Amino acid sequence: MKNRHKVLIVDDEAHIRRLIQSALTRADYATVEAGTAKETMERLREERPDVVLLDLGLPDRDGLELVPLIKKDTDATLIIVSARDATDEKVAALDLGADDYLTKPFDTDEMLARLRVALRHRMARGGGVAAVTAGDVSIDLMERRITKAGHEVHLTPKEYAVVAQLAQHPGRVITHAQIMAQVWPASSERHVEYLRVLVRTLRQKLEDDPQRPQIIANELGVGYRLRVSVD
Amino acid sequence: MNEPDRPSPEALLRAAAQEGRGRLKIFLGAAPGVGKTWEMLTEGHQRREAGLDVVVGVVETHGRRETEALVHGHEIIARREVDHAGHSLGEMDIDAVLLRAPQLVLVDELAHTNAPGSRHPKRYQDVEELLDAGIDVYSTLNIQHVESLNDVVASFTRVRVRETVPDSIIEQAEIEVVDIPPDELIERLKDGKVYIPHEATRALGHFFSKSNLTALRELALRRAAQAVDAQMLEHVRANALAGSFAVGERIVVAVSEHAHAAGLVRAGKRMADALRAPWTAVHIETQRDRHFSDNERRQLADTLALASRLGASTASIPAAGVVEGLGGFARDARATQIVIGKSARSWWFEARHGSVVDRLVRSIGEVAVHVLPSGEPAAPARRREKRGGIPGGHWGNPAHYAVSLLTVAAMTVLGRLLVEVIDLGNIALLYLIPVMYAAASFSLRAGLFAGLASSLAYNFFFLPPTGTLTVANPENVISILVLLGVAVVTSQFAARVRAQADLAGASARQNAALASFSGQLTGAATQDELMQAICAEVARLLDVRAVMLLPSAGGPDLAAAYPPEDRMEQIELAAAQWAIDNEQPAGRGSSTLTASDWLFHPLMASTASGRGVMAVLGIAREDAGDPVRSDQVPLLMSLLDQASIALDRMALEEENIKAQAIGERDRLRGALLSSVSHDLRTPLTTILSAAQEMKKHPATAFGAELVETIDAEAQRLNRFVANLLDMARVEAGALPMKVEATDLFDAVAGAVHDTRTALQGRQVDLDIAPDIPLVRLDPVLLHHCLINLLDNAGRYGEPGTPITIRCRRVPDALLLSVSDVGPGIPPGQEKRVFDTFTRLEGSDRVRHGTGLGLAIVKGFAEAMGLSVEASNAEEPFGACFTIRIPEALIIRHPDDEDIA
Repeated sequence: MKNRHKVLIVDDEAHIRRLIQSALTRADYATVEAGTAKETMERLREERPDVVLLDLGLPDRDGLELVPLIKKDTDATLIIVSARDATDEKVAALDLGADDYLTKPFDTDEMLARLRVALRHRMARGGGVAAVTAGDVSIDLMERRITKAGHEVHLTPKEYAVVAQLAQHPGRVITHAQIMAQVWPASSERHVEYLRVLVRTLRQKLEDDPQRPQIIANELGVGYRLRVSVD
Repeated sequence: MNEPDRPSPEALLRAAAQEGRGRLKIFLGAAPGVGKTWEMLTEGHQRREAGLDVVVGVVETHGRRETEALVHGHEIIARREVDHAGHSLGEMDIDAVLLRAPQLVLVDELAHTNAPGSRHPKRYQDVEELLDAGIDVYSTLNIQHVESLNDVVASFTRVRVRETVPDSIIEQAEIEVVDIPPDELIERLKDGKVYIPHEATRALGHFFSKSNLTALRELALRRAAQAVDAQMLEHVRANALAGSFAVGERIVVAVSEHAHAAGLVRAGKRMADALRAPWTAVHIETQRDRHFSDNERRQLADTLALASRLGASTASIPAAGVVEGLGGFARDARATQIVIGKSARSWWFEARHGSVVDRLVRSIGEVAVHVLPSGEPAAPARRREKRGGIPGGHWGNPAHYAVSLLTVAAMTVLGRLLVEVIDLGNIALLYLIPVMYAAASFSLRAGLFAGLASSLAYNFFFLPPTGTLTVANPENVISILVLLGVAVVTSQFAARVRAQADLAGASARQNAALASFSGQLTGAATQDELMQAICAEVARLLDVRAVMLLPSAGGPDLAAAYPPEDRMEQIELAAAQWAIDNEQPAGRGSSTLTASDWLFHPLMASTASGRGVMAVLGIAREDAGDPVRSDQVPLLMSLLDQASIALDRMALEEENIKAQAIGERDRLRGALLSSVSHDLRTPLTTILSAAQEMKKHPATAFGAELVETIDAEAQRLNRFVANLLDMARVEAGALPMKVEATDLFDAVAGAVHDTRTALQGRQVDLDIAPDIPLVRLDPVLLHHCLINLLDNAGRYGEPGTPITIRCRRVPDALLLSVSDVGPGIPPGQEKRVFDTFTRLEGSDRVRHGTGLGLAIVKGFAEAMGLSVEASNAEEPFGACFTIRIPEALIIRHPDDEDIA
């Protein structure tokens, strides 16, 4: 029997756990379930899962409080599940260390795609990501070189910093605050504007059609995501 | 009534006490060795260089060289040697300092205890004497010597200091904290730079630990901050916040029942304005008030009302005499100016009684008395007018005369019995008893009557020749005159005592009435109860009928009455309305609409609340007489004040409760929305996920079709739920906004991406200028607007035609539009399309939709400060929805340098 990744499904609805579990089983993941915060922490210790799929609406505790606990106790990848309009909640969870999020109701295919991204990132964590490909754009983090359809693209240092940060976490959403902390360390209020303008020029350099971006995706009110080619 | 914006008299008094006194500055340190003395001496030098006359009263150098060097530059007052227990102690020579009278004296160690036999046991008392003499003092103090902190310090240092300085001294001082970090102090201690009395070295070793020093330092800084706060507070109090009143001036205008008193009031107002001082119009109620005619009573009430309108506080003070009453009031009110009219009394009256003005000026030294001419002759007809209120008319109670006569008779009988034993002259003395009794207990007339009866009886029964009324001996004439004289004098004294007792009684009754009134009002829990209580109490206290009317759009509304009353005549309502509109009394007994049987007084809210007239209190007498007797006017005024305050407070409470209820409702609505949102979405999520799973394992072709239907309908339901919730949020005004710099490219791309399934592959053309500026709005709300517009375009546009999203910069806005190719909007419907549950009329216009989409667009857009309008586009024809983003929300392009 091969060594499968283990996913801890945290949701207070048994039906949903059951559905997620069946989708995951079909995709050859091992699953564990928890319905409360208390159970979550117990399973976390006993089962040492690789990924935690955490619904923030738990009966016994605010799911957001669990985020730092989970990140502190384990090295599991943490994916948040939350309602459509809860933008603040998502940003807070990501800033607290969650790795990604899913919006309810979600597609099982999308969930599986996110899981793959998260796990790949987790496996690569040791050596770090060396190179990423998104569409016809290649980002070589070792050489600090970016090419589009084979031609080198020249970026300003700040533009490169944004791309590199997104590329270091391919496929994962990075919040505005996280990007800005890296690119403009002396942070100020106006920097969301700078970031918007910077991304706009980046898209002009990298995207085929900057009006319909395929590489740097905007996550409404949350941050940006580098849409890598998923195999 | 309290006057929050006037200077507090206590604060003013304290400020006055500071005038002409020296100022104290304390150099406050956390511990010995921080350099207080050094700092004081240095600053002393600076003062001296600035031209001030500075001397050193006493400074302990403890042999430190730097300190000694600083002292040497100063003139030093030689210490006084005091012998104590064989030691010679050098204390500050306070007399020498006082004699030298410098402008500033430096006195080290404020907490020092003087050697026995000194003038004051403590040095701070010496300092106080210096300050009193107008000499400024600089002194030093360690925080552990502050009296109120003594225990605190002892608790953590375990060293108790016995020499303490009262906080009151510190409170009047300017404080400078001399501060060095604890580490440095410990360093200085190690270097031997800190003086410690030899015998205390061991105890102090513990004292100088770092934790102690840190705590002491914090205490010192806090104490200094507290002193600054206290002084600031004092200053603000004394200057009544904005310094709107010149310190100390208070004006009292004495008003009488005369018509010219109105002139005094106006003069008082002018003076108050000129001095920017608070002022009071006061009437002194004396014995004379009981004889006022109705006209005089009304005149007095009018004058007080005038003063009140002009911004004075008014008072009516019972007193035995005008001078005593006015003097007492002026002292209580800390008046600095008194305005009084020149007496209109005859020279003969003044010759007998002395002028009120003269006596006033003599009795209250410090106050300026302004005497203004009366301008009009006194009303001479006063005595002729009808008087009211004294039972029995001019002569009083006949029973009093009967009793007087009986006592005279009793004395006569007694006298007859004793005539053999005692001297005739002494028998006359017996008659003093009935005369004094009648004069003291009843009245002057009864006393005179008793005197007359006594003299007749004495004459008839005792004086020879007895049995006749003839007086043989001139001595006996004197006896009779003495009896009459005694009657007069006694009755005068007794009448005065009685008058004062009556006044005291009246004043006590009034106070009791007011106390019970406010007691009753406090008991009321609702406004209705409160108004009912006010009516009942006013009716009881003034012996009138009382009603309360509330102002409303359709005229005054009868809200409470005692005894119960259910309707008011038109004329009463008119008077009440007038009182509301003009904020002045109206109706009988006032100057307006006197045909009304009722007198209406407006109850005003405090000006700060801005509520204006809260209600009108109407009063009337059962017998349709004047509603208020003039002696009741002060009581009525007080009652009105109290009632206004109570109503004001009640209104405030009800406002608070209402605000709380609204807050609670909002909270509940929020909770409901989020729970509905959760409860509807959870099963939907489950259904959707289940359908998707089933799609992957279709049992049969028909089964696959069914699952497809389930999936599609569940998706639709999901959108409806989302829309319903959004609409509920818009209507509740509960949209959480998170405004940030937003790129319209992102917004459009995101909306197009999210509607790709709903639009079923419909082409979306984008026409957006590449340099379109960023805008400041909530990206999530904008996203919902765009999704709904796209969804709408997809539903109403002709199948297969493209949808166009355009973004243009116009002079004062950005226009973001979504247009389709289709039948467009029927003429005249451009506004209606945004109404909830409106669907466009027409042949096949009813398509899938909640009828909420456009309403949500409008609601969200307006919440962000945008506007949205519908129109039809030509070539190709179709509906066009335009979101207008105003200039204010457009972000000027950030500098490229900052970005790159």
